[in-house]
Amino acid sequence: MSAEATESQIAEWRTYVADAAAVNGHDVEELETHLRDQIAELNAAGLAADEAFLIAVKRMGDLDTLSREFAREHRGRLWKQLVLRSDDEAATAAAGWFEALVFALAAGLAIQVVRLSADFPDGAPSWLMRNLGLFVLPFLAGYFARRRQLEPRAWLVAAAPIAGLALAVNLFPYSVDSVTEVLVAVHLPVLLWFLVAYPYMRGSIGSHERRMDFVRFTGEWAIYYALIALGGGVLLGLTALILEPLGPNVAESVIEWVLPSGAAGAVIVAAWLVESKQRVVENMAPVLTTLFTPLFALMLPVAAVTYAVSGVAGDFDRELLGVFDALLVVVLGLVLYAMSAREPARPPGFMDHVQLVAIVSALALDLMVLGAMVARIGDLGFTPNRIAALGLNLVLLINLARTVWLSVGFLRGRLPFHRLERWQTSYLPVFALWVAIVVVGLPLMFAFN
Amino acid sequence: MHIDKDLVAASATPLVLAILASGESYGYAILKRVRELSDGELDWTDGMLYPLLHRLSRLGYVTTEWRSPPEGRRRRYYAITDDGRAALAEHRRQWLTVTRALGDVLRGSSRLTLAVGMA
Repeated sequence: MSAEATESQIAEWRTYVADAAAVNGHDVEELETHLRDQIAELNAAGLAADEAFLIAVKRMGDLDTLSREFAREHRGRLWKQLVLRSDDEAATAAAGWFEALVFALAAGLAIQVVRLSADFPDGAPSWLMRNLGLFVLPFLAGYFARRRQLEPRAWLVAAAPIAGLALAVNLFPYSVDSVTEVLVAVHLPVLLWFLVAYPYMRGSIGSHERRMDFVRFTGEWAIYYALIALGGGVLLGLTALILEPLGPNVAESVIEWVLPSGAAGAVIVAAWLVESKQRVVENMAPVLTTLFTPLFALMLPVAAVTYAVSGVAGDFDRELLGVFDALLVVVLGLVLYAMSAREPARPPGFMDHVQLVAIVSALALDLMVLGAMVARIGDLGFTPNRIAALGLNLVLLINLARTVWLSVGFLRGRLPFHRLERWQTSYLPVFALWVAIVVVGLPLMFAFN
Repeated sequence: MHIDKDLVAASATPLVLAILASGESYGYAILKRVRELSDGELDWTDGMLYPLLHRLSRLGYVTTEWRSPPEGRRRRYYAITDDGRAALAEHRRQWLTVTRALGDVLRGSSRLTLAVGMA
């Protein structure tokens, strides 16, 4: 057996290893070096080249088991085309479209029943808006509960808080034109989204890796949903134009029927797409973050300097805090998104610095506004809206401030990236808790006004 | 002697950390050292070392660097960090407790030795 034959055997082995989803180029190189070291040592011990190769490969271990071990450690990479099922079994997830379809149809049907009984859009009773999330997201929770094959007990654990919320939200005696009711309408879907995390993570809500998976899922779901909404908008627009000659009311009533069901069903369909067609979005997430992080890093310092120069004390809207909440949410979204798409072992790079600039400027801006706001609240008093905005702002501020602190540590090489990730995944329950306080606590505090 | 899979898995992290504590190294050399230390009794599947090393790197217990010496192959070297040393100290405490307890009880009763041996 010649050295060339061994070379070609090694090359063949390398292609097999490189095929594994969670093994990247560097890993292949590392493993190959190991294999060559082993072969060289066996050769030196007097073994023939082909024998040495066989033994070295055998010692390296069964490739399936090996790629599964890599998949366990590098879940982020695996995200490309596979979903980790149950314990460690990696499975292509293109199957299960039927399940998704059933749940999507159910959600579409439910929203239609609700619409007809509310006589929407002629009448828009406040209970409709308040409960909107409850007509859709339980289906998503059910979809994941089925897909992850939850135990009956876990089904109960997943369903109980949703049922409890449904009761609370509908038993509260809101007054006419209640502000807290509007707050509930806005916050309840977010709270329900957090509850979807339980079946999504198959009940293991303590696992930080699973939490990161859920963050990834959320970001990619949003992209898919936006894409579906765009496509759906084009479809509906064309339909309206085509049906126009038949009379003005035809197109309108078609849209009235199609739009709500479509929007509800798309929630499930987008979730299914994230589960099964990850490769497309996997390439999109890094692109989007590389595109928007520098833009935010440019826009935010400019805004911060302008504010500092012109002075916030000028006349700004009392509800401006809501805008800054949105800003911080977007910045946090960018951070989380970049984090979930990042290879944790990579050393700090240019983009990490750019991201830090964006976060710091957002924080500076927010602190200026917050300072002015707090000074004013003394005069104006606490309203439910202000408490909701202020609370969210503080919750976000704490998160981002600590993120900055850890980022600086990471950029200086004092901390591993893992710490940043850990901080974010540990903080997720705080968001859920705050949203729950707004949904359940604020109406009680303000006597449902 | 066949060493139980769970035992091998449980001892892997402290072993690797302890080997790195005496100087930076690369995968193949670490594995050779493990074989030497255990007289070949602790036989890992070679490939499994790498996901473990990558996990230690993600947790910040080791740092990694690619280096190509003038002669020889390009290799990824692993070096222990302060966090890694702290983790090693914690492992050490746990293992000392376990081995002390086991040693006492195994010496104390030969019948128990039999029972543990059969388990």
